[in-house]
Amino acid sequence: MSDNLFVAGHTACSGCGQSLAARLVLDAAGKNTIIVNNTGCLEVFSTAYPESAWTVPWIHSLFENAAAVASGVEAGLKYLGKKDTINVIAQGGDGSTADIGLQALSGMLERGHDILYVCYDNEAYMNTGVQRSGLTPFDTNTTTSPAGSKSSGNVRPKKPMPEIAAAHGIPYVATASAGIPQDITRKVKKALSIKGPKYMQIHVPCPLGWRYGPEQTSAVGKLAVETGLYPLIEIEFGKISAVRQIQPKPVEEYLKVQGRFKHLLNNPEEIKKIQAIADYNIDKYGLKAQAEG
Amino acid sequence: MKQFIEGSHAIAEIVKLCRPGVVSAYPITPQTHIVEDLAQMVANGELPAQCVNVESEHSAASVVLGGVAAGVRSYTATSSQGLFYMQEVIFNIAGLRLPLVLTCANRAISAPINIWNDQQDSVSLRDAGWIQLYAEDVQEAVDLHVLGYRISEDKSMMLPVMACMDGFILTHGIETVDIPSQEQVDKFLPPYKALYKLDVDNPITMGPLVGPDYYMETRYAIQKTLEEALEFIPKVMEEFTKVFGRNYSLIEGYQIKDAERVIVAMGSVCGTIKDVVDELRLKGKKVGLLKITSYRPFPAQAIYEALKGIPKVAVLDRAVSLGSYAPLAAEIKAAFFGKKKAPQVISSFIAGLGGRDITKDSIKEIYRLLTSKELQGEFIDLKPELLKEKYE
Repeated sequence: MSDNLFVAGHTACSGCGQSLAARLVLDAAGKNTIIVNNTGCLEVFSTAYPESAWTVPWIHSLFENAAAVASGVEAGLKYLGKKDTINVIAQGGDGSTADIGLQALSGMLERGHDILYVCYDNEAYMNTGVQRSGLTPFDTNTTTSPAGSKSSGNVRPKKPMPEIAAAHGIPYVATASAGIPQDITRKVKKALSIKGPKYMQIHVPCPLGWRYGPEQTSAVGKLAVETGLYPLIEIEFGKISAVRQIQPKPVEEYLKVQGRFKHLLNNPEEIKKIQAIADYNIDKYGLKAQAEG
Repeated sequence: MKQFIEGSHAIAEIVKLCRPGVVSAYPITPQTHIVEDLAQMVANGELPAQCVNVESEHSAASVVLGGVAAGVRSYTATSSQGLFYMQEVIFNIAGLRLPLVLTCANRAISAPINIWNDQQDSVSLRDAGWIQLYAEDVQEAVDLHVLGYRISEDKSMMLPVMACMDGFILTHGIETVDIPSQEQVDKFLPPYKALYKLDVDNPITMGPLVGPDYYMETRYAIQKTLEEALEFIPKVMEEFTKVFGRNYSLIEGYQIKDAERVIVAMGSVCGTIKDVVDELRLKGKKVGLLKITSYRPFPAQAIYEALKGIPKVAVLDRAVSLGSYAPLAAEIKAAFFGKKKAPQVISSFIAGLGGRDITKDSIKEIYRLLTSKELQGEFIDLKPELLKEKYE
């Protein structure tokens, strides 16, 4: 019998990085937490009526309004004088965060609500069948950015959501990865110890959409971090306060284990472009660990 | 206490007296004075609510949804495009069975953009599962808010209420209004006690995924509740009369007992029609008015009873269903289908779109056109010279 607040029995795919991360987020937050969820995989696989995987109060309204509904919940709790003892977490996938829900999220951040917003970033609209989102990486093969004789997949890099969130001048922004569970727990606890709006973006590998074996979720997540393609950073009041340092691996190691990048493997020019994105991140955030001695 | 007061200020006063804990709105003409007043009341410490200034109407509706879900009485107001931008949240609030009062300052829909009054905005959302009540004057608008919270929050209802008042005509009109005392409102409207809410001591899942095995029953349940509301709302209105002394009903007949010609209408135009009825009655014409206060639930049986003996009925719509029958006219006619008794004629008129004044002459024209020849969607006060332009 598990003590988890997000309980087993839901219908997520085998190897789902999002279900793993959602459990870690809630367990770190504890039972005095109210969750507001956007529409998406997590909402669908955890609440198929008459069952629910949530043992804390949880509400889903629409695809794009979790940040706004959470703002109302927080305002209500403030009115009742209960906000100081209850965490409010708004959460959703990358599409509901970076695309259709960006306005509501920006409003929530700008107004200063005491809410932690968590974006589970699996880099495409997985719930509807792997369509590209604003957080789909460059050159990814998705169903709406397919690779073909005249295309190598998604034409744009990921929207810089952590920087966009940080630009609101909020106290805490962090990225994390389902491949590094303890780091998620630490960052959620840290976020919830701070008053005001917080934004966390967790990289959550998706076996179905990324096309790798479900047993590799943790390894794939780690490779994204270790190549510099998914920098793990913390930003406090607009300034980078911590980064997770790496011994950078070539991006090919990350790309070759996923079907969504398979079309690139005989295309060194495209791989060079992706390596350049990783190198930019490594340089920008100072990710490269100095050799000891 | 009676005050000579602008409609919007009166609404802000009554909302304050209803003691909401969360107020959220986005500015749109002609709703703005209401929420500006509420913001000032919060700033002055007169209203101990959380005032959430959002970035859109979609978020305004979402914030009050969240507020009620947390167990706190909430309030929002909007108009026109703002109501349309709220639309999916509007359906969602009813689907989640959350009680709320929203003021709709009725305004035309773009394009072309037009800030003036008609009722296309709320009428277009008639299928959302909300109770929709239309005010004839500012006093009614004020009272419908108190009634609205009481009806909405009753455990037999748990559906949101849209209090509709004609933009500018009522929101910016200055009238003598009896603003109730806090004691009166408190007596009629107890503090909100949620049947269900987001509570860490009693966690529930709200808004789950519901498949074909369960979805239909959720819609059926709302439909049944709205049917029951036809019995429930008049009871609450009777209680209202005991506390406040003013009478309300789902529909109101004015001079219809012996009337030969009756206009059916909603909203502020009913005041104009009453004036015309008085004038024509002095001349011996047997005319009358049937005012529809409750558009949702639609009181078809009460309308049938009120109009079944009237020879000629005109339905005045301040909205259109482009490509079909006018919305209110279609439903009035439906109320008589298959019945033994019915008016000989039910003619349909469209007037006052985009703020075009419906004058006493407009109303007289409708009575004049209400003959034994049935008219279908006849536009009143059209300017034929504007229809001559061609784009070639």
